[in-house]
Amino acid sequence: MSKPVHSFTAKVPEWSPYVTPVDFAGATPEQLSAMKITPSNKGVSSYVLTLAHDPESLEIRSPLFNLIMYGKDGLSPAERELGAIAASVVNRCIYCTAVHASRFLGHTKRTDLIETIFADELQASLPPREQAVFDFAARLSTTPVAATPADVRSLKEVGLDELEQVDLILSAAIFGWANRLMHTLGEPLAEDA
Amino acid sequence: MITLIEKLSGIPAGSTLAAALKTRAEVLRLSEAAHDAVLLPRDPGGLSHALRAALAARMCRHVGNAALVAHYDGYLAHSGDDDVAALARPGGVCGDARHDAMARHADLLTLSPRDATREDIARLRAAGVGDPDIVRLSELAAFVNYQLRVIAGLMLLKEIA
Repeated sequence: MSKPVHSFTAKVPEWSPYVTPVDFAGATPEQLSAMKITPSNKGVSSYVLTLAHDPESLEIRSPLFNLIMYGKDGLSPAERELGAIAASVVNRCIYCTAVHASRFLGHTKRTDLIETIFADELQASLPPREQAVFDFAARLSTTPVAATPADVRSLKEVGLDELEQVDLILSAAIFGWANRLMHTLGEPLAEDA
Repeated sequence: MITLIEKLSGIPAGSTLAAALKTRAEVLRLSEAAHDAVLLPRDPGGLSHALRAALAARMCRHVGNAALVAHYDGYLAHSGDDDVAALARPGGVCGDARHDAMARHADLLTLSPRDATREDIARLRAAGVGDPDIVRLSELAAFVNYQLRVIAGLMLLKEIA
């Protein structure tokens, strides 16, 4: 029996929408195009089928998301994931946090850092570089925005150049977007432990 | 062509930050396309272009970005739709149950998305907002919050540069 997940975890749950997703069989050509359906596609996630209600947004957001998170050069993939995690902790998106904590672990194997973030959240005490990255991304994610010039100076001090700083802004901001979909349009579910 | 994010961040031409942004031109281009997709969609569903502009201005007032508020207020004025204009200010209501419920949800998604639950979707449905419009509203709120944070971050970088 699946139950809602309310605690941070690096084990990726299912995602179950609160709204009724687009019925795949009845999808319009525009919805199919936005979902990037190809003959080889076996299953489309309920998340993508949910967002297909607004195909014009979905069509743009998918490539934008991929470019920001998986683009070449600039900020390292692990630190983009850390920016995503910080935003997702601020917005308490359990699902996004799980996906991107697991990707961060894939890059770094630093389970200690993820455990610290899950336990202490925004008060997490991390090594200097990770601390600067995490704190800046978290403070950019609050409403109102709490990040200050001092937070940018911290990024410089730990060695992030301007392009890396731009990439961190983008990864935190795109999760301000993703969290507002994933956490508010549905919930994470997992089997009883 | 300069994108809205570059314009409103006020990055000086010729600066190293402008050069860094140049290497992210495709991100900026897609961000601009996303803006057009949520503010001026070909198929607006139950969220008129005027309502979208009003809600965007409202969310920008919550976060406190005067330049972006002016941008969306300009869209709203251009629409000539006075019925939804009151929604452009936090706390403003327009007397239409659907629109007022959407404004409440835009507030929630901007101020404390972490507190959103299944009940908030149920409230929208009870006010007569259909599921496709719930997704459209969520994309609008999510995009505006993305845009606000990109601009806020770039302005901090500009300050330190």
